[in-house]
Amino acid sequence: MPKAKVTFQDIGVSVTVPAGTRLIEVSEKVGAGITYGCREGECCTCLTKIVSGGENLAPPSILEDQVLKDNMAPRGHRLACQAQILSGDIVVKPA
Amino acid sequence: MVAAALTDGAVEIAPGVHWVGALDPHLRNFDIILKTANGTSYNAYVVRGENGVAIVDTVKENFADDFFRRLETVARYEEITTIVLNHLEPDHSGALPELLKRAPQAKVYLSSRAQMMLKALLKPTGEKAPEYIPVTTDDEVDLGGRTLRFLHTPYLHWPDTQCTYLVEDGVLFTGDIFGCHFCDARLFNDSVGDFRFSFEYYYAHIMRPFREYVLDAVALIEPLDLDLIAPAHGPILRHQPRDYVHRYRELATPRLFNEARSEKTLVVFYISAYGNTRRMAEALAAGAESIGGVRVSLYDLEGGESGIFTDLIEEADGLAFGSPTINADAVKPIWDVLSSLTTVNVKGKLGAAFGSYGWSGEAVRLIEDRLRGLKMRVPVEGLRIKLVPDAGELEQCRDLGESLARHLTGKVEHREIDMAALA
Repeated sequence: MPKAKVTFQDIGVSVTVPAGTRLIEVSEKVGAGITYGCREGECCTCLTKIVSGGENLAPPSILEDQVLKDNMAPRGHRLACQAQILSGDIVVKPA
Repeated sequence: MVAAALTDGAVEIAPGVHWVGALDPHLRNFDIILKTANGTSYNAYVVRGENGVAIVDTVKENFADDFFRRLETVARYEEITTIVLNHLEPDHSGALPELLKRAPQAKVYLSSRAQMMLKALLKPTGEKAPEYIPVTTDDEVDLGGRTLRFLHTPYLHWPDTQCTYLVEDGVLFTGDIFGCHFCDARLFNDSVGDFRFSFEYYYAHIMRPFREYVLDAVALIEPLDLDLIAPAHGPILRHQPRDYVHRYRELATPRLFNEARSEKTLVVFYISAYGNTRRMAEALAAGAESIGGVRVSLYDLEGGESGIFTDLIEEADGLAFGSPTINADAVKPIWDVLSSLTTVNVKGKLGAAFGSYGWSGEAVRLIEDRLRGLKMRVPVEGLRIKLVPDAGELEQCRDLGESLARHLTGKVEHREIDMAALA
């Protein structure tokens, strides 16, 4: 299975993950500072800054796009409960 | 003394500005979490301009008749051009669906984050969402000679909250900010009974978890010319309204000077039946202390009350909880503290758990789950030690403390791991 590497900058941890993993599946296990509310892409609690490698995440769904817009999220931010890791290196930190 | 709101009519609070709210004197419990010893009020307002009429907020659904009866004494529905929603919680938006039916031409002004809530609120009515306009700080609506200017004041106490300032009259409609559950038909702060306790109680339970946002809002409000504050609950603040703004600033500011404000703070709470978890706590604290830049405090939960601990927790950067396992659970004093944190913001604080156990040792994992549920980060796996910690195990406790301190101070070394190892 293809692998990718996601780095949680706030705690200095890089995790090798299978392609298709969502950020939420990893960040809690390693104790990163990204926090969660509804866990289904609605509340925007898990807004996360994508420091680099945003192109290695699956594009946001229409719902995620709308929530990001409604919450005035700056460019380069995603919802960790929705963002799916595809390949390559990604660096993230809490918004 | 005249009880302003005892009739069915509207009450003028400023020239051309009327209170059209409702009184709920018999409510004794609000939203499950708040006691309301003499009830509450749902304040809604009408602002008349030369070119239109604005309604600011509505009331709880079962008080809609009172609202409409009062509204009809000062405005006709076809005159309503503007509906301002400062906060969409049902106690303020309950009459909105009916108001939209009666004044379908009105445009709704609300914060960006209120848009999805508006759709969700109107869902059961089957009505199409009205024309709504998301607004933020300094956006304005001209009613003809009267200007409504919006202030973006989110999270007080929902994501959607905003304030609306009637520029020419210095009237600030604040939603739940500066509100309280206090029901008195005399309406104004210089006429009603002593509501100081209710004001502070409301702040402590509703606004305190959002104190950073309180300070942001206060900073927006302080420069305004203020003749009157019109909140969505409780007395209308016409006498020295600025005092209440000042009080919010005081309440949102830490009570004591913090000598260690340049350092990170770690508070270690423990409870111990035979001294084993206590020894773990002491070793953990010593380990954390050995890393520079962290001020460590050690508290035995048996020796305090959860209210005091809540203050400590609010101020701390990191928290470690130690509990033995009794009957497959952490002990009650731990849960008492961890279930009383809804009044403070612990999101993003560092958390950890540890404890001695005799048989199965579930307490540590249960505490960690609770800390994550409180939106704390738990970067270091907790430590479970069977019965009496020996020298090597106490060293592990020291290591845990050092690791927590490194996370607090950003001195943690980079690690590379495989997800399979995290299962």
